[in-house]
Amino acid sequence: MNFVFLIFIPIIAALFVPLLYKTIKRIHTGWFVLIVPIVLFAIYTTLLPQTMKGESIVSTLQWIPSMHMNFVSYIDGLSLLFSLLITGIGSLVVLYSIFYLSDKKEQLGHFYVYLLLFMSAMLGVVQSDNVISLYLFWELTSISSFLLIAYWYTNDRSRFGALKSMMITVFGGLMMLGGFAILGIAADTFSIREMIANASTVTSHPLFTMAAVLILLGAFTKSAQFPFYIWLPDAMEAPTPVSAYLHSATMVKAGLYLVARFTPLFASSSTWIWLVMGVGIFTLFWGSFFAVKQTDLKAILAFSTVSQLGLIMSLLGASALTYHSNEAMFAVASFAAIFHLLNHATFKGSLFMVAGIVDLQTGTRDIRKLGGLMSIMPLTFTVAAIGSFSMAGLPPFNGFLSKEMFLDAMLAVRSFELFQFDTWGILFPIIAWIASVFTFIYSMYFVFHTFGKKGDVEALPKAPKEAPTGMLISPIILATLVVVIFFIPNVFGKWLIKPAVLALQPNLYDTPQQIDITIAAWHGFDSMALWMTIGVVAVGTLLYLSMNSWKKIYDAQPERLTLNNGYDALLNFTESGMNKISRSYMTGIIRSYFMYMFAAIAIMTLIAVYVKDAFAFDPNSFAPVTIYAILNGIILVLAISFVLLAKSRMAAFIALGASGYSVALFFVMFKAPDLALTQLVIETVSVALFLLAFQRLPELKNHGETKKNKVANAIIAIGVGFTVMLVALASQSQKLLPSISEYYKETVETLAAGGNIVNVILVDYRGFDTLFEIAVLSIAAIGVYTMIKLRLKGEKKADENE
Amino acid sequence: MKTNDVILQTTTKVVFFIIFLFSIHIFFAGHYTPGGGFVGGLLTTGALLLLLLAFDLKTVRKALPFNFLIVVALGLLIALLTSAWPMLFNEPFLTHAFGDYDLPFLGESSLHTATLFDLGVYLVVVGAGMTMIQTIGGDT
Repeated sequence: MNFVFLIFIPIIAALFVPLLYKTIKRIHTGWFVLIVPIVLFAIYTTLLPQTMKGESIVSTLQWIPSMHMNFVSYIDGLSLLFSLLITGIGSLVVLYSIFYLSDKKEQLGHFYVYLLLFMSAMLGVVQSDNVISLYLFWELTSISSFLLIAYWYTNDRSRFGALKSMMITVFGGLMMLGGFAILGIAADTFSIREMIANASTVTSHPLFTMAAVLILLGAFTKSAQFPFYIWLPDAMEAPTPVSAYLHSATMVKAGLYLVARFTPLFASSSTWIWLVMGVGIFTLFWGSFFAVKQTDLKAILAFSTVSQLGLIMSLLGASALTYHSNEAMFAVASFAAIFHLLNHATFKGSLFMVAGIVDLQTGTRDIRKLGGLMSIMPLTFTVAAIGSFSMAGLPPFNGFLSKEMFLDAMLAVRSFELFQFDTWGILFPIIAWIASVFTFIYSMYFVFHTFGKKGDVEALPKAPKEAPTGMLISPIILATLVVVIFFIPNVFGKWLIKPAVLALQPNLYDTPQQIDITIAAWHGFDSMALWMTIGVVAVGTLLYLSMNSWKKIYDAQPERLTLNNGYDALLNFTESGMNKISRSYMTGIIRSYFMYMFAAIAIMTLIAVYVKDAFAFDPNSFAPVTIYAILNGIILVLAISFVLLAKSRMAAFIALGASGYSVALFFVMFKAPDLALTQLVIETVSVALFLLAFQRLPELKNHGETKKNKVANAIIAIGVGFTVMLVALASQSQKLLPSISEYYKETVETLAAGGNIVNVILVDYRGFDTLFEIAVLSIAAIGVYTMIKLRLKGEKKADENE
Repeated sequence: MKTNDVILQTTTKVVFFIIFLFSIHIFFAGHYTPGGGFVGGLLTTGALLLLLLAFDLKTVRKALPFNFLIVVALGLLIALLTSAWPMLFNEPFLTHAFGDYDLPFLGESSLHTATLFDLGVYLVVVGAGMTMIQTIGGDT
């Protein structure tokens, strides 16, 4: 079976969604869509035994083979884990959305097309072995998520959030493409597996660190790390199934996937490790700290997602340390990262669904208005409690296990000796602990302020009641998983996590069986992590109970200094700033454009002449100057000066004519009778034309030129004149090739049967030019004719209307 | 005020033909001596311009009752056909042919297809010049 085709199944299914939506009105379209992720989930499950043995499945679909761009599906433990998450949570989300979105009021066709598009894109991201196709799917996730966030496009906040997430994730995507290009050049291949196989040549490339930073920018923007997390809270305007699917379980983990996938390649770089760990741990703290401030249920969850993603990110960074040290604890880090990734998908998905249920059943998501729902919505409360306690890291839920392992790994970082970790490493467990306290606080805040305490149930926009069973199925399944994973973590470890860890640390193991990490809920009292957890619970409970008294510290940060404000200011600046810049030079006045053009001509030519040292002056190349030429030159200069200084248009015409006749005289002197004839006649005809048009022209007047303008014009004019003179002198003084005119002289009678070389060149040797010159003349005549005649017709019509 | 410009008009009637004949001469002599289609055309335009100045647009239009845009098209067509003609005989575009022929009435003459091409140029120049002058001048 060619597994690469499975990636495209959701897209193909999406083609049929509008058809089903339009033709079958009685059944909710979601039921048809539900089949797709379930079938895919079942198919991917059958691959588990193979990845457990450490095998991988590769299949290829040719796309542009000549440029080595193909769709290569590479399924190993890591991509299979992600594929199962995408299809599994995808099924639950589709099921949930069937009850969440009404088929009467909503444009379901749109919703499911976007969702299936996203599913394909996400499968493509996690399975692609070719970086170019990975990038293609990566951008497709950005676009489909943009569409999903703006699903209620009549809402201003939705459009704002969609645009913001698009800007930030596409920025990161483009940076990532740059990183891929560098890697592609360094490794001479687009295949990730081959890059990792040639890691030594790639690491020695001078742009290696640059590639690491660019790819991390892509990962950080997608996975909402500091300071790029700002799009995620605004993306909460999306329908809740979308938030649950994209912004907790799948898309935001694409960045984590990328980091995990490239760890074997970049682990040797200290920049990579410091960035991943540092940004991750800081995001963990920042997200958890600001989650407590939020008043919107989904905003709390969004900040919590940011914080948990930071946790996983820092663990992925710690897992890269195994490439430098044999300490067993770093091997735990990668295990913990994957484990928490799975756990987070389960509890955060269920929490988002809970938030959606509360929103739908009470009509508000504002936590200040909610309260006392525990007895009214017992099932929803149970799910919310399980999810929140797991998020806080309490037993008996899966979050406890991964939080313990996380603390263990962070404690182990202190003993790492390279890259100055022995001095700064102590910060990691401290920040991790503080962040855990805040995580505990917002988890309790989330569940008890919504369901606990006494609330004014009457004041809610809708009378609350328990959600319909169908809507509860998905969160209950996820909550059950949360508990089940706590009791049998090693089964999940064996089937899902160990094969994925193998992808992260191929240097340590050959098969997943060699990974001897067992998860134990109980480490004994000598475990440092256990005491830290006890501390978290103790301090967290104290702080939660006294929350009202210290919440004021959040007001210490003025609105001006927030990152959102920074983003808005940046956007404003680029918009109005660019506008100002283009307005400052795009004046709409032709005079200014001429100034730019002529100044550019003079400056560029002068620089070119100077740089190439092209100027030469050879007096021997000049012909002797006659007295007639000098006299005629004086006449010409006088005539032109008169044109410039003339006060009336008539005087300027006449001076122009004089200059034309004196040029004709030059032609006579330099023995060009044809030119002289033509020049004389054309000058006469054009002066006659000027005079014909004369009476219609306005008086010469000042068109707003200031003295400054005039000085600038004079400088530019002198500059251009000087430049042209230099070029003329230089080209006259250094002729490299003899003229071709000897040939014409010899053959004009024998080959062309003529005596006047000029005319023979015009009609015979190079008649082709003449053909088009008369065409130009014809176009000019037709142009004059149409311009004048059509304008007249228009004017007449205007008169008739009056 | 009606001006009496009988001297101008009478002189013009004579001078017009002199200029016109000179332009024809320059056109035909172009292959050997200074001149050719372009200058010839311009001189003819000049002669017609003189008529326009001495008389007026209406009179000239009555004397020469044709649309000068058609003259332009005719000129272009002649130039294009003389250029394209050799292609029928497997010669490159714009290959000219020439030779000496014994013609009735004219005797021994040397003929050259370049003259036909030049005729095209001449007609385009006259037509374009007159079109511009007539349209601009007529727009008052």
